[in-house]
Amino acid sequence: MITQLPILQVVIPLIAAPLMVLLRHGTAAWLLAVGVSWASLAIALGLLSEVAGGGLVSYALGSWPPPWGIEYRVDSVNAYLAVIVSMVAAVVVVYMRRSVAEEVPQEHHYLFYSMYALCLAGLLGIALTGDGFNMFVFFEISSLATYVLIALGRDRRALMAAYQYLIMGTIGATFFVIGVGLLYLMTGTLNLADMAARLPDVTDPRPVLAALAFITVGVSLKLALFPLHLWLPNAYAYAPSAVTAFLAATATKVSVYVLLRFYFSVFGETAVFRALPTGSILLALSLAAVFVASVVAIFQGNVKRMFAYSSVAQIGYITLGVSFDSATGLTAGIVHLFNHALTKGALFLLLGGIALRAAAMRFDDLRGMGRLMPLTSFGIVLGGLSLIGVPGTVGFVSKWYLVVAALEQGAWWIAFLVVAGSLLALAYVWRFVEAAYFHAPDPKMAAGPGEAPLSMLVPAWLMIAACVYFGLDTGLTLGGAGEAAQVLLKGKW
Amino acid sequence: MNIASHYSYWVTMFLVIGGLYIVIARGNLVKKLIGVAIFQTSVYLLYIAPGKLIGGTAPIITEQFQVYSNPLPHVLILTAIVVGIATLALGLALVVRIREAYGSIEEDEILTRDRDGER
Amino acid sequence: MRDFLVLRVVAKIMMAFMLLFALYVQFHGDFGPGGGFQAGVIAAAAIIFYAIIFGLPAARKVVPDRLVEAMVAAGVLLYASVGVAGMLLGGNYLDYFVLHADPVEGQHRGIFWIEAGVLITVAGVMLKVFYLFAGRPSEDEDGQ
Repeated sequence: MITQLPILQVVIPLIAAPLMVLLRHGTAAWLLAVGVSWASLAIALGLLSEVAGGGLVSYALGSWPPPWGIEYRVDSVNAYLAVIVSMVAAVVVVYMRRSVAEEVPQEHHYLFYSMYALCLAGLLGIALTGDGFNMFVFFEISSLATYVLIALGRDRRALMAAYQYLIMGTIGATFFVIGVGLLYLMTGTLNLADMAARLPDVTDPRPVLAALAFITVGVSLKLALFPLHLWLPNAYAYAPSAVTAFLAATATKVSVYVLLRFYFSVFGETAVFRALPTGSILLALSLAAVFVASVVAIFQGNVKRMFAYSSVAQIGYITLGVSFDSATGLTAGIVHLFNHALTKGALFLLLGGIALRAAAMRFDDLRGMGRLMPLTSFGIVLGGLSLIGVPGTVGFVSKWYLVVAALEQGAWWIAFLVVAGSLLALAYVWRFVEAAYFHAPDPKMAAGPGEAPLSMLVPAWLMIAACVYFGLDTGLTLGGAGEAAQVLLKGKW
Repeated sequence: MNIASHYSYWVTMFLVIGGLYIVIARGNLVKKLIGVAIFQTSVYLLYIAPGKLIGGTAPIITEQFQVYSNPLPHVLILTAIVVGIATLALGLALVVRIREAYGSIEEDEILTRDRDGER
Repeated sequence: MRDFLVLRVVAKIMMAFMLLFALYVQFHGDFGPGGGFQAGVIAAAAIIFYAIIFGLPAARKVVPDRLVEAMVAAGVLLYASVGVAGMLLGGNYLDYFVLHADPVEGQHRGIFWIEAGVLITVAGVMLKVFYLFAGRPSEDEDGQ
């Protein structure tokens, strides 16, 4: 059974999705979703332990040996990613029960969970597959499910947000598949490892460069790299709370992984970073993301939108780490994948608790939340501290490594800018603190129910607790990220 | 490198640019989707065209034929077409819902209505 | 269009041929162009044709909504369970070789069930899309 782990990781949620449709029952679908998510987490952890120490698991779909058949190829990089995705899924799925019951019409529940399972299958598929075209198909499976999930939001603007995401996401995926197509034309293979082995023999470099450009732009659209982030704020702001938490913690992270995989394992570090100014471009865009998105976040009227813009900024930190093209930088970027998934996941989960009573999520609605929902508000403050990068939270770990990586290259000004970016984060987190703690509650709101229900509070606080725990005990996360960085820099997949 | 011998790439690039132009320049949500569909069509051509060998036949091995076309692009593009249809159907479904919610499918009108709603 | 006698008669005759042709395309997929995708679309087109001539309620009576939704899911499930069957018989996922003692026969058997799954899902999805779009109240009716 252990040899079948890579495929089970993808197929279990994939089979669960049609089963839920056949069941036609919300609660049964949810129970199935819980089982699937937890099974995914168990499998992902199993895979991670399997590949620990530089191991590699290769799985030939349909017993067609690679490179002819589709291959699932797992090393410490994608196992780490699968753990992030399935861990977030395992926590969020528990939370979904109450939150979805409040926000989605009853007759759509089983379809909602079916879409969630498809989205999970797609994301895990992207992570594990070693085949370029298969990656595109999983991209689209997860994206199509995501568009539906976003459109299920209560506000009618959710429809427009889903539509815009659909247009942008499709363009991104099509760019990606054009890039893969060019590589296929030049190398005659779709297997990424085989492609990497054959690329040095390609005599005409121009189509390969075009492929690099297409893939970079396409994946950047999906991961919302500034200035291709325009779909993200609305999509996150108007989607159902549980969906926002799940997507913010997983979807963009998986896209970052795709970029890393293509840069380091297919094109090779030399071709991407030494021969081309990719590093500088990525650096400039990342810093712009951090500053522009943070400043825009400060001026948002809607707290969910504010944290959505903060996501764009945090993605900037991740790509900043990648742009250094060094072991420390990559470690910082990859560990921030994990850390940001925890932090943003927790924040959006907690905001979902507030959404139960203040559907509009404007700052005016948050007045006095510190008194009305003390646990929720305190959790958001802790998550905010992690966004800022206060020592003792996971945010600090990533920022610390970013600063170290910048200083390693002698670029003290980047280190300075990273710290300055944190001050901007302080500004927007402070807006929440001010609204929640320094204003008297609206009497209308005060009459309502108090704290969010336990089934929502516990998962959210679990993630907040993890934020603090992994901020203090960095062995697991940093160890995994460091190993992933080593594997990536080795170049060979 | 003969320009005329690669004319299928010219058609591909025309579809890419034409499709993207429609997406950017048109405010009508349905027209935007048509632009996306045209844009996706370019990918089909990009994959399919090089798979065809002049004089090549379907890859079923018999003694009569020596030259075979590459079947893999066709299989890939069959998948891509299904993905494209799914995207288009979902997009149109969203447009129907948007029309019901806003009473318009013009992007600028919808955005104005949202802005008015916020005030 | 229920009042046009010619259309009604022709439609009734055509239906049988369309469904038969769908099955032909499905099973001929082993030897020539064809397969589940095309067959599914043709089968769905037959039902859609029926709906256009006799009206959506009549088509819904023949192929009810719940059946369509079940078809969408059941086809995918059939596809996936072929993969699982390969796994249970000791191969990898979607391994057809192990489905029969003779590997070539196993490939036949595997692709047969896969295509059956594709047929069911594609026909289901096409009908679902048609039902959903056609079933929404049109704005003219709202206005009256």
